[in-house]
Amino acid sequence: MAAADTAVDLSQAMRLEPVLPGDWLVVAPLLLTILGGALCLITRKNTEAQPKVAIIFLTLLVLSCAGLLARVLDKGVVTMVAGSWLPPFGIAFTADALGATLALTSSLVALAVAVYGASDVDRSGRRYGFYPFLLLLMTGVCGAFLTGDIFNLYVWFEVLLISSFGLLVLGNERAQLDGAVKYAILNIIATTLFLIATGLLYGIVGTLNMADIAIKARGIGMDGPLTTVAVLYFLAFAMKAAAFPVNFWLPASYHTPRIVVSAVFAGLLTKVGVYALLRIFVLLMPDARAALADLIALVAILTMLTGVFGALAQTDIRRLLGYLVISGIGSMLAGLAIGTTPALAGAIFYAVHSILVMTALYMAAGVMRALGGSFSLRELGGLYGANPAFAAVFLMLGFAVAGLPPFSGFWPKVLLVDAALVGGHGWIAAAILITGLLTTIAIGRVWVFAFWRGGAEGTPDGYEKALAVPDPKITGAGIWLPIGLLLGLIVLLGIQPEFMMQVAGRGAASLGEPLGYLRSVFGDAIQ
Amino acid sequence: MEATVSVLIGLFFAVAIYLLMSRQLVRILLGIAILGNAVNLLIFTSGRLLREVPPIIPEALQVPAETIANPLPQALILTAIVISFSFLAFLLVLAFRAYQELGTDDTNEMRVAEPTGDVRPPQGY
Amino acid sequence: MRTVIFRTIAPYLAALMVLFSVFVLLRGHNEPGGGFIGGLIAASALAIYGIACGVAAVRRAITLHPMSLSAAGLLMAALSGLVSLFTGQPFMTSQWWYVRLFGVEVPLSTPMIFDIGVYLVVVGSIGSIALALEERESD
Repeated sequence: MAAADTAVDLSQAMRLEPVLPGDWLVVAPLLLTILGGALCLITRKNTEAQPKVAIIFLTLLVLSCAGLLARVLDKGVVTMVAGSWLPPFGIAFTADALGATLALTSSLVALAVAVYGASDVDRSGRRYGFYPFLLLLMTGVCGAFLTGDIFNLYVWFEVLLISSFGLLVLGNERAQLDGAVKYAILNIIATTLFLIATGLLYGIVGTLNMADIAIKARGIGMDGPLTTVAVLYFLAFAMKAAAFPVNFWLPASYHTPRIVVSAVFAGLLTKVGVYALLRIFVLLMPDARAALADLIALVAILTMLTGVFGALAQTDIRRLLGYLVISGIGSMLAGLAIGTTPALAGAIFYAVHSILVMTALYMAAGVMRALGGSFSLRELGGLYGANPAFAAVFLMLGFAVAGLPPFSGFWPKVLLVDAALVGGHGWIAAAILITGLLTTIAIGRVWVFAFWRGGAEGTPDGYEKALAVPDPKITGAGIWLPIGLLLGLIVLLGIQPEFMMQVAGRGAASLGEPLGYLRSVFGDAIQ
Repeated sequence: MEATVSVLIGLFFAVAIYLLMSRQLVRILLGIAILGNAVNLLIFTSGRLLREVPPIIPEALQVPAETIANPLPQALILTAIVISFSFLAFLLVLAFRAYQELGTDDTNEMRVAEPTGDVRPPQGY
Repeated sequence: MRTVIFRTIAPYLAALMVLFSVFVLLRGHNEPGGGFIGGLIAASALAIYGIACGVAAVRRAITLHPMSLSAAGLLMAALSGLVSLFTGQPFMTSQWWYVRLFGVEVPLSTPMIFDIGVYLVVVGSIGSIALALEERESD
């Protein structure tokens, strides 16, 4: 392939102008997690070094995601094309405010989980590959948030799915295998539906690049086959996001793995589905969103309510939290159903809040188990006496998940309820408020039973049952640091929401009016 | 040509969905395998079926000399085959382990994670 | 399965398959072939050797654990995309070097490094699944 015989104008096919080093921030999260994952896999026998390697790479990941977000806020959407091939032929990685924000939040959560895991995951778990799987899971999550190509999105979904399988069966217990069977089969069906929809979409528009699809699908309108494609996408990602009535894999599996694995799943996996819904229904096919808005609203309301009713009926804290994850998905779908820029901003803000708070709550459940020896509401009790500071932390997390001020859950709900009332969706506003009330009751019950009363069920009033002294490793700094980090962010977002509001607003605006997104991919010639 | 293949794809999907709805884990896995093939055929047909030459550019040239088949669906299918192959391998091992541990391949009897006689939450304080 | 004929033939067959897999890997840039299919051929070589002479013999023969092999492949593939950082080109842009070895011009490139990475990932992951299943069968 000598350059001399080139009779072809390469600038037609390749991007020839030099690339700024800052643009590499788009692919840096993927490279860092792949390199870190590979190093952890090579050193998996060295159980002492592994957490250190993972924490170093995840810290770098947080820094690179923060740098990416700063660049996106400063200069607009950033695009890098793999192998210099021009879009729509080359695979583009495109980061806008939405993708960069969610990538940053996810990487913070992953870092917290890695620190928590250093105390919580034992040697055999590490040797079996907790850290490599965690890092490769983050490759999939960041890849999904940052890619600009719809088939590439499918590939990243599969990367995160296969890593999640590995994490789910870590430990090989009976309940884990049972949960993993249901999780694996239903999630594979969901990604297959995604692939079917992508194949059909490719047959209609003849392209896979998201920006190109956004232009072409707007030109087609909502004729015949595109409606089918939209419904298939909705079903596939609703399954991924655990929306009612296709949510049953989540309560069947999320309580079976180690608590730290549940924490990372609850924080990240369902939100990737929500992200894909936002990306596809607002950026790619806005006409389809308008056509399906009533259906999405119905699904959103039912998801919120069934989620929180499920939470009220649970004995096991982990399953209760799993239902609260589902209920939160409903709130984000409500933002999609309303579809105005403030509503979408509310959905994005809610996603950030939900990633932080659900992970923190699962971590807190792990501490409750360490202190009280059980996950069951019937057997827990007396934790306030055992550790008052932790009781306060749990109460704050509970208020945050219920959407009470001054925590991070309050502001997205304000945005969503306001947008619903402005848009004339009274039912959605009512459902959000009722869900908030019921969530307060559900989480309040946990606090009352596990912390406030003296001991397990049957303990007489006024009597404090002495709890066994827990393993110091489980209540040491390695546990408090990650929970403290997440709680600090939750409180910060609650007290100083302006920055996050602004970022979420920019993410929502670039979804609705994607001129900046399209120009970033195709150059300034796009009108 | 596309119409004939579409009927075939429909048949594949019908078989796959029928198998997915059964209770036996092994049948569900067979259903997933067939579903993966149905999707591959679907992508192949979406890229339009042409009786053209393979998409390989001769060594002396920079662009293909004549009309070539669409290479993109082939690349997509290759990726999808690799992914569904590895998933099926994982699922087979998982199903085998589940059968060993739980003693059944009937999904209705897999109630370890969600037991039928679950204790109710405390009704009062 | 462990007949005398198979046990005698298997080492030669496996060696031939590994050689062929390398050939398929290297011709893959401009002609049909490449890292994935080459890796599958090499993994089948490991599987055949394992069936004939036992899994322990295979593990001794490849020295490294298959998972380390695939991790090394992942590392190579990711690093090959990083080279273009230093030439101011986008991620994964191919870089070519023409080296003269014994009077023959040998083109080396980052796609080749990437393909070798893919080859190692496939050998490692498929090989480790195959060996795990064979181990289970024997006990």
